[in-house]
Amino acid sequence: MNYAPLVEPAAELSINEVRRYSRHLIIPEVGMSGQKRLKSAKVLCVGAGGLGSPALMYLAAAGVGTLGIVEFDTVDESNLQRQIIHGQSDIGRSKAQSARDSVYEINPLTEVVLHEVRLDVTNVEEIFSQYDLIVDGTDNFATRYLVNDACVLLNKPYVWGSIYRFDGQASVFWSAHGPCYRCLYPEPPPPGMVPSCAEGGVLGVLCASIGSIQVTEAIKLLMGIGEPLVGRLMIYDALEMSYRTIKIRKDPQCPICSPNATQTELLPDYEAFCGTISQEAMAAAQESTISVRTLKTMIDSGANMVLIDVREPNEFEILRIPGSILVPKQEILNGTALASLPQTKQIVLYCKSGARSAECLAVIKSAGFSDAVHVGGGVLAWAREIDPSLPTY
Amino acid sequence: MIVILNGFEHEVAPNTNLADLVAKVSRAETGIAVAVNDEVVPRHAWSATPLSSGARIEVLTAVQGG
Repeated sequence: MNYAPLVEPAAELSINEVRRYSRHLIIPEVGMSGQKRLKSAKVLCVGAGGLGSPALMYLAAAGVGTLGIVEFDTVDESNLQRQIIHGQSDIGRSKAQSARDSVYEINPLTEVVLHEVRLDVTNVEEIFSQYDLIVDGTDNFATRYLVNDACVLLNKPYVWGSIYRFDGQASVFWSAHGPCYRCLYPEPPPPGMVPSCAEGGVLGVLCASIGSIQVTEAIKLLMGIGEPLVGRLMIYDALEMSYRTIKIRKDPQCPICSPNATQTELLPDYEAFCGTISQEAMAAAQESTISVRTLKTMIDSGANMVLIDVREPNEFEILRIPGSILVPKQEILNGTALASLPQTKQIVLYCKSGARSAECLAVIKSAGFSDAVHVGGGVLAWAREIDPSLPTY
Repeated sequence: MIVILNGFEHEVAPNTNLADLVAKVSRAETGIAVAVNDEVVPRHAWSATPLSSGARIEVLTAVQGG
């Protein structure tokens, strides 16, 4: 299916521009008209890190007229293995400013707009509304869901990519024409289950493999050429050296982009939605997260364990997993409850969705309870998967 | 019967549906996407999706890196 070009062409190209973009201009599908569209395009890159680096550099070189950069971080030496828009002399500098300088060096005709803020629910719509298309190069689930939801609400194409070790995924989420990120991944994984690149590593050049797909898709959408990745997920495996696509349909029950959407505005708190947790909790949960099904099996088989609910008493009143005892999180974090924990039984922690129990798990493990685990997805997962008759909140 | 799970042959009981298989092979039900024969099946449809012999099933994990 062909899409109309996202932007109208600029009035003209200067002589300098014709010289600079000549290798584009002689491609019949691009031509003067396509290049003029790039000139009038406004593209926002969220993040100037691994994916943002190649994305910004190629978008600039291609002649995109206005590039916005959302970035609040500074350049660290460990970024340089993959974030090629920054260099040795940029260590310690603002990433946004470092990226801007590189873009100007590549193409001084590009206008760069810096948004040196952390993207959140209070600023996302105001920033996004200034652009035709959003390229996502963020490194965490909370921002990815925020970007998706804002793009759906503002009807902006969301050129998405994500990377881990040797694997990459890319797609174009555009709810007016196809599925959104939530049609593919309705909810993030339980906290601590999926490591970030900072924890699990990433092959530096993978950023270029996925970032260049994102730029290709952005250019196609701006010019209205070719077959965009709308409704398709590109899966790249660098070890196998394979690219393939699978189909994604718009989910008729999608909470935000379906006709029956239950969510008509941004969520109040995306960190809470994703159960964002500390590095310590993430590390503790890494190898010590069990599913509610595993828990059910343990309960049914009479495993030698104590099941501890770390929520607050009022939450415990609403619903709980049978056989659990209540020890609110604070009593574990401040250490007062540690002495009363049994030494001879395995400790199994849970909370509402898995974030608080992961925090407690870190403390309990470091107190010597090395076989302690927590329940991924918490009591909500229990209600959803094991006992749907329970109320949720 | 045999299905192809993430590229490898995998034995499942007859009348297994997609939800049963996912529960066996994945630690969580959120943060993953499941495709059958190269098409993503939404989570709410897993239990109503029967598996046939030779079906290609892919369990994908959401990653956050960028």
